[in-house]
Amino acid sequence: MSEKAQNNHSQPWSDRVFRVLVAGSAFLILVVVLGLVLELIRNSQLSLARFGWRFLLSADWNPVAESYGALSSVYGTLVSTVIAMILAVPLSVVIALFLVELAPPLLSKIVGNAIELLAAVPSIIFGMWGLFVFAPFMADHVQPLLADTLGFLPLFQGPPMGIGMLTAGIILALMILPFVSAVMRDVFSMVPEVVKEAGYGVGGTTWEVTRKITVRYGLSGLLGAVFLGLGRAIGETMAVTFVIGNNHEISASLFSAGNSIASTLANEFTEASEPLYMSALVELGLVLFAVTFIIQVIAHLWLKRVRKQSGGGL
Amino acid sequence: MIERNAAPRKIVDLLVKVLSSFAAVIGIFFLGWILLVVVQKGSAAINWEFFTALPAPPGIEGGGVANAIFGTLIITIIATVLGVPIGALAGVYLSEFGRSTRFGALVRFNINVLMGVPSIIVGLFVYTMLVKPVQHFSGYAGAVSLAIIMLPVVARTTEDMLTLVPNALRESALALGAPRWKVTLNVVFRAAKSGMITGTLLAVARISGETAPLLFTALNSPFWPESLAQPMANLTVTIFNYAMSPFAGWQQIAWGASLIIMAAVLALNLLARVGMSGGRK
Repeated sequence: MSEKAQNNHSQPWSDRVFRVLVAGSAFLILVVVLGLVLELIRNSQLSLARFGWRFLLSADWNPVAESYGALSSVYGTLVSTVIAMILAVPLSVVIALFLVELAPPLLSKIVGNAIELLAAVPSIIFGMWGLFVFAPFMADHVQPLLADTLGFLPLFQGPPMGIGMLTAGIILALMILPFVSAVMRDVFSMVPEVVKEAGYGVGGTTWEVTRKITVRYGLSGLLGAVFLGLGRAIGETMAVTFVIGNNHEISASLFSAGNSIASTLANEFTEASEPLYMSALVELGLVLFAVTFIIQVIAHLWLKRVRKQSGGGL
Repeated sequence: MIERNAAPRKIVDLLVKVLSSFAAVIGIFFLGWILLVVVQKGSAAINWEFFTALPAPPGIEGGGVANAIFGTLIITIIATVLGVPIGALAGVYLSEFGRSTRFGALVRFNINVLMGVPSIIVGLFVYTMLVKPVQHFSGYAGAVSLAIIMLPVVARTTEDMLTLVPNALRESALALGAPRWKVTLNVVFRAAKSGMITGTLLAVARISGETAPLLFTALNSPFWPESLAQPMANLTVTIFNYAMSPFAGWQQIAWGASLIIMAAVLALNLLARVGMSGGRK
């Protein structure tokens, strides 16, 4: 360490200031994350103390009776996210396949740019379009069709109102589609040509090469893309708030109005005057943060494991 | 050797090809649909009054969003002034000093966490820090929440861009006796300039369309902003409030505001893209 000491000694003061400045900025990011966690916990004390674990298990959300349970919000968040993932992940895989393997370079560039632009459209624009254009379209065309064909399932029963769980899920799928497919495209294009050519060389079709070689080669990257989409879908607020219907009831039908954690926060926060109400809302936020944090940690550990297994090559 | 039947395999292959082309069309179709609707409904709402007048009371025709346009500009500028330097400096730390340190890894992990935090949670956090203690919403709280959303984005792009700069450049500048800060600012930054500008533009584009964090911080206001310590009008929360209102006139203004926000965000994105391709050449 004598070298370091000497180095410090010979460092001009301006460099020491610079170092403190950049390290301080990096440290500030830690402070923000830590502060966020502590503030959320501190401000949900009242609700934590009053309801304990019941908060997560009760679906009763009644500000008048001062009874708060997060179950309907958690359920709505899960259901809308699951719908979004079911629709967006397979679509993203085939879009990425189209961009990398099928489309001629110019077309691939144009389509790729268009899909990336879709990612840039702000959430609130999706909300406006969803509420005034897409929800009526769902009510007039898609939901009656689903009720006619799959109406024997409880999922597709009930009046076609347009807004509700299904519409929210579809819009969420549209919103995460560009992110997921952009990452998947990068993953696909990182697979070495030689490996793919070997597949074609033994007579594989494009789909066989994709399924058996490209997808396996880039599996960790593809899962990373899925996690990215998941994290986005769970916390997405404005678009969902516009179309989910904001109703604190759990219903088997995807046509019925529901709510998600984020939509409840967006709708009710500025109305919450009672300290307990406010505290319950902050606790909802804490739950949402915890979920996204856990997803982040799982993604982190997963990538670390995959890197170790593949010998640091990826 | 058994000859495998090629026909079913080729049919499956064709099916997947058709499906994937169809999926790409779906993506473009929805982008086109959204753009078309916003332009169509938004342009009907935009006139001179829209840009110059204050909001009209509910039910009364006319009125504009001049104060909200101004407020969004102010909030975005302050957020950029706060978020970009701090984020960029943190990125400098990661690329120049913390490449393989334990602290660097910790910061990197926290940047990932912060990137994954939903923006509404950031709004909640800033509410508890800057709004609740003083008992009123404020423009500066809105700016701080947007700055926090920018921080991890800018830090990560800066790190990525600076890491791409070859070490030989740093070494030759250091060998000439330049201090570390000068090497970073004059040599490394210059080499990574176009990438960093692109990253910053994309980060600004992202926050200028944000709504959720402003709901709890800047809120909204029907007046011209008088100080940063008061609730401040902004376009996105105006869209939310007006769209949810039962008045047709207000809903139309929400479409106009949507068009402005979307045009601004897409313009920033295109600008960033042009800059990127210019930098590559």
